[in-house]
Amino acid sequence: MAELLKLTDISKSFPGVKVLHEVSFGLRPGEVHALMGENGAGKSTLMKILMGIYAADTGTITIDGTPCRITDPRHAIAQGIAMIHQELNPVLDLPVYENVYLGREVRTRAGLANHGLMRRKTQALLDEMGIAIRAETRMRELSVAQCQQVEIAKAISVNARIIVMDEPTSAITDDDVEALFAQIRALTAQGVGVIYISHKMNEIFRIADRITVLRDGELIGTEDAASLDEATLIRMMVGRSLDEAFPKRDVSVGEPVFEVRGWTVDERIKGIDLTVRSGEILGIGGLVGAGRSELVESIFGFRRHVAGTLLKDGSEIRVRHPRDAIARGIALITEDRKHTGLNLLGSVSSNITLPSLSRLFRGGLLNLRTESRLASGYVERLDIKTPTVRQLCGNLSGGNQQKVVLSKWLETDPDVVIFDDPTRGIDVGAKREIYELIGNLVAAGKAVILISSEMGELLGLSDRIAVLADGRLTGTLDRPQFSQEAVMELASRFKER
Amino acid sequence: MPAFSSSNLGARLREMGIAVVFVALVVALWAVSPGHSFLSVNNVLLVLIQTAINGILAMGMMYVIVSGEIDLSVGSTVGLAGVAAAMLAHPGEYPLIVPIVAGIAVGALVGVINGVGVAYGGIPSFIVTLGMMTAVRGIALMVSGGAPIFNVSEGFEAIAAFRIGTFPIMAVYFIVIAVVCAFVLNRTVFGRRVYAVGGNPVAAEVSGVNVRRSKVSVFVIAGLLAGFCGVLLASRTITGSPTAGEAYELDAIAAVVIGGVSMTGGRGRALGVVIGALMIAVIGNGLDILGIDANFQKVVKGLIIVVAVLLDVKTRRN
Repeated sequence: MAELLKLTDISKSFPGVKVLHEVSFGLRPGEVHALMGENGAGKSTLMKILMGIYAADTGTITIDGTPCRITDPRHAIAQGIAMIHQELNPVLDLPVYENVYLGREVRTRAGLANHGLMRRKTQALLDEMGIAIRAETRMRELSVAQCQQVEIAKAISVNARIIVMDEPTSAITDDDVEALFAQIRALTAQGVGVIYISHKMNEIFRIADRITVLRDGELIGTEDAASLDEATLIRMMVGRSLDEAFPKRDVSVGEPVFEVRGWTVDERIKGIDLTVRSGEILGIGGLVGAGRSELVESIFGFRRHVAGTLLKDGSEIRVRHPRDAIARGIALITEDRKHTGLNLLGSVSSNITLPSLSRLFRGGLLNLRTESRLASGYVERLDIKTPTVRQLCGNLSGGNQQKVVLSKWLETDPDVVIFDDPTRGIDVGAKREIYELIGNLVAAGKAVILISSEMGELLGLSDRIAVLADGRLTGTLDRPQFSQEAVMELASRFKER
Repeated sequence: MPAFSSSNLGARLREMGIAVVFVALVVALWAVSPGHSFLSVNNVLLVLIQTAINGILAMGMMYVIVSGEIDLSVGSTVGLAGVAAAMLAHPGEYPLIVPIVAGIAVGALVGVINGVGVAYGGIPSFIVTLGMMTAVRGIALMVSGGAPIFNVSEGFEAIAAFRIGTFPIMAVYFIVIAVVCAFVLNRTVFGRRVYAVGGNPVAAEVSGVNVRRSKVSVFVIAGLLAGFCGVLLASRTITGSPTAGEAYELDAIAAVVIGGVSMTGGRGRALGVVIGALMIAVIGNGLDILGIDANFQKVVKGLIIVVAVLLDVKTRRN
């Protein structure tokens, strides 16, 4: 079949790093082509070249067999290429139809924006797609999944024939995933080619026709999805096979290190008791909105609480600010690395030392050599891919940013480490490294509290699982009792209010 | 990985784009000034004196802007501190240290109010310091009775006029303060936290940084340096004028921005700010030497500020 899009021998270097080396990629009309690889493999760069955000150093792009040079994103759109980004940036206070027509507003003869026409056309399109959204609704009122649907509508309205979806399912529910897949199939039935980027294996095998794998900027291969299995795909991505999915180390569990008693955050999250022992991983399960993040953030002093006590090694501690928690040997790896985890304008080394500055440099004077040596140690230990420790964190890929967050908390030398969804949006290889790191922490006698929205991760890593439902602790499971059903049962046990 | 790869060197050169612009400006003024007088020893020393007050204000402003805030009140603080100092500097009344300390203390107090308003009141710094700009000017007019304070001691006059040999003490103040401020920003835990707070206040808070205290501190630094500048200006003009320092905050902000500090915080270098302050003085001085009309000078100065930043932005991007 004639290829809709062909990228041939694309290479791209940034100062000091070669990010793509002679990568080729083809897209046929009506196919879903998954683009896979670990963070930093070059997927984003390749897509940015396709969208005209970066220029390739060498290589060619042909669309329908015609060579073309894509110089900027507008040009890409004019060529029928649309991208649906992982983090959508709609204009929240404008209605749906104005977002769909943003930058190409239809005008009346008098030169004013023709709101009526844009609204009607948008509504017709949404109806045709079977999306139950009113065109005049403001974007602010829509869910993430709905915003995504609007983006797809926008792509259709510009007659895009090539649609790039970057991790479209990272922030939507399972039901929304089904709806998204139905829309993708409707698109491909009309001959649209979809480039699908995701780390989620099960999705890839459900939706993709072909799979292309990149590793360290090199093309590893393009295969029919039907001819691959998960293990082979992982091996292609990481260059080695990952034996068991969740390495559970045999660690003897010791004395209670950290206890939470009668913890009440607000009207909803009330009366929670938790105990975690040295060498133990306490999982916290629950549905989105059960109050898991609020619970750990308040324990860490980052959020207010109204009642409850904390015991560290048996004696009561007071935590009124994160610095108290840090001083008591508690670390919190927050959920959202861009918002709460990192200073993206700061260097790798300055981020790593930030929580430990007063301990590392007691006189208040920095020793830049000590700092850079220390940061280099973490870069090596956690295999953080960065040209130097002075690189700004904003320039690193997601998985490497997450490793910087881990490094900074390891440097505080905590006894209790709280992970809030540590593997969200990062690739298999980096996930595996984080699991190993958690294993090393408990092996060293640390106590770990792990929040995870991935059931497999929670069941695979935890020694015990405490489950929250609507702000209450509904039960704690020991390892022999572990099952997906048991966790779900507790997670959906809502009390009558 | 080599410690100094070529890309690293390139990045450093780009960082110093403004230095290149500055050198070009100096060379141009040297070339066109009558008898190349622009680079005569006397004129260079004069430029340093002309830089001093704005340069010191810019150092304080740099802390505020790197922390992600802004301080519009420093000009009024210069006025109030100058009045306070001059009122305590009449011959034979108090030891010289009294007016100096009073001026600095007044500035620090304004800084505390700004900082507390921003950090604990949660009011945007633009609003807090805009309010303080007006209120502090009003206080300066009230305490001075609306008229300049004259009759200051010779000792007070010497604070700004003193020379070590031929080297003006004003230049010494500027150099010492710039070096200390650069050192504190780059090489201390405090300075590092200022960057962290400006880069991402939420992440800084989670990392245990006392964000509020850091914010109060940067406003106090800006305030006490403004107070000191008030003393210097009163000494230099032998007058405590309640209207002194008007619009000085704008030149200070200009120096910081020309120096490459990001207005949204978290990024910037002290050396750039020093160059920014020198640049503003050089422009004024150079246009004086060329005998350009004072009104037209303002137009040229405004354009040069924008062009300098434009060149800097362009060279950074590529």
